[in-house]
Amino acid sequence: MTPIIEAKNLTKQYGDVVTVDRVNFKVEENKIYGLLGRNGAGKTTIMHMLTAQQFVSSGEIRVFGELPFENNNVLERICFIKESQKYPDNFTVRDVLDTAADVYRNWDRAYALSLVEKFELPLKRQVKKLSRGMLSAVGIIIGLASRAPLTIFDEPYLGLDAVARQMFYDSLLADYAEYPRTVLLSTHLIDEVSNLLEHVLLIDGGKLLIDEEAEALRGRVYTVSGPKAAVEVFASGRKVLDSQSLGGMIQMTIENGHSDELGQDEAEALGLSVTPVSLQQLCVSYMKRHTVSNKEGK
Amino acid sequence: MGPSMDDNRPIFVQIAERIEDDIIEGTLLEEAQAPSTTHIAAFYRINPATAAKGVNLLVDEGILYKKRGIGMFVATGARQIAVNKRKEQFYEQYIITMIREAQRLGITTDQLKEMIQKGESN
Repeated sequence: MTPIIEAKNLTKQYGDVVTVDRVNFKVEENKIYGLLGRNGAGKTTIMHMLTAQQFVSSGEIRVFGELPFENNNVLERICFIKESQKYPDNFTVRDVLDTAADVYRNWDRAYALSLVEKFELPLKRQVKKLSRGMLSAVGIIIGLASRAPLTIFDEPYLGLDAVARQMFYDSLLADYAEYPRTVLLSTHLIDEVSNLLEHVLLIDGGKLLIDEEAEALRGRVYTVSGPKAAVEVFASGRKVLDSQSLGGMIQMTIENGHSDELGQDEAEALGLSVTPVSLQQLCVSYMKRHTVSNKEGK
Repeated sequence: MGPSMDDNRPIFVQIAERIEDDIIEGTLLEEAQAPSTTHIAAFYRINPATAAKGVNLLVDEGILYKKRGIGMFVATGARQIAVNKRKEQFYEQYIITMIREAQRLGITTDQLKEMIQKGESN
């Protein structure tokens, strides 16, 4: 089956600066993907290239099997919600939703209105007079009610408080369960979304560091702490992502190899203390390690 | 996020365990309908595919079965299967760990037996 998105050696370059560096990945149909990484890692550039808002410097990106540039067949099946979406100044919330209803083929008006109520949006108010959080809610409503085959959320919740973000996650899960579609969720609030994701793509410095099922990443990385000598014996031959010492004690962040799934048990049998690592901490360790190896390479 | 999941193990395994808990405790009876993956996903705030994977694990073990077009049901004999599985885990998780720690502290098998009896009478 054709993947929904396929990037092959995808690269974006401005003069000497490479912001996306030979990235390869596939996005399969009807899964929720997390596109994770720090600000400036290249996430937004990738999303812009796949929605034909920026040119590809080299390599290629295909969406629904086709090149997206000036390709209505691709673009009409995508709903892209950006961090700071601009709307015409004189538009009310109702005008924005009416426009969205015209643009998106699968638009569900009743569902959109139920979300307006849920997020307590004033339909008659002009968009320019909305608070930052309300403006984000408008984007979220469009993203959900459009039910586009490929829905992309790029940090959609600036100004939204924890309660409203939770409403977004719950609405996304419920509607996705009923109307499966491909969702690409770009965020740096990794802990909040980690259980929603089926697949994780981690970008750092324009490179793809992780392309893996979210479930496969659980338990992959853990920290081991204890007396320095004992931890070092355990860690030798294993992949150490990070280490911190305090006096005679040391704590190491360790990645399990594919053939070494019992690493944690072995550490415990040695009397070392083992702590699981969340997806967010895992991403941070990968990015720290990547930054260090980049500096050493230069 | 929802009722908390432990970071160390796959979520689908934990979902399967929670359904097993309900069956062992009798809150979910044999031949009763099990919660749907949509409900599980919403309740635990997890991806529906992950919830489905947990449910399918129990189908493979003969604990749940599918009635076409209706949903998942608890199989007859499911409680016994779940209890047996837990007994094996109990041995691995508690007995082996206990013996290992006892050896580390120099506790003999007889002393261990005494401690268990003392614990039971409490």
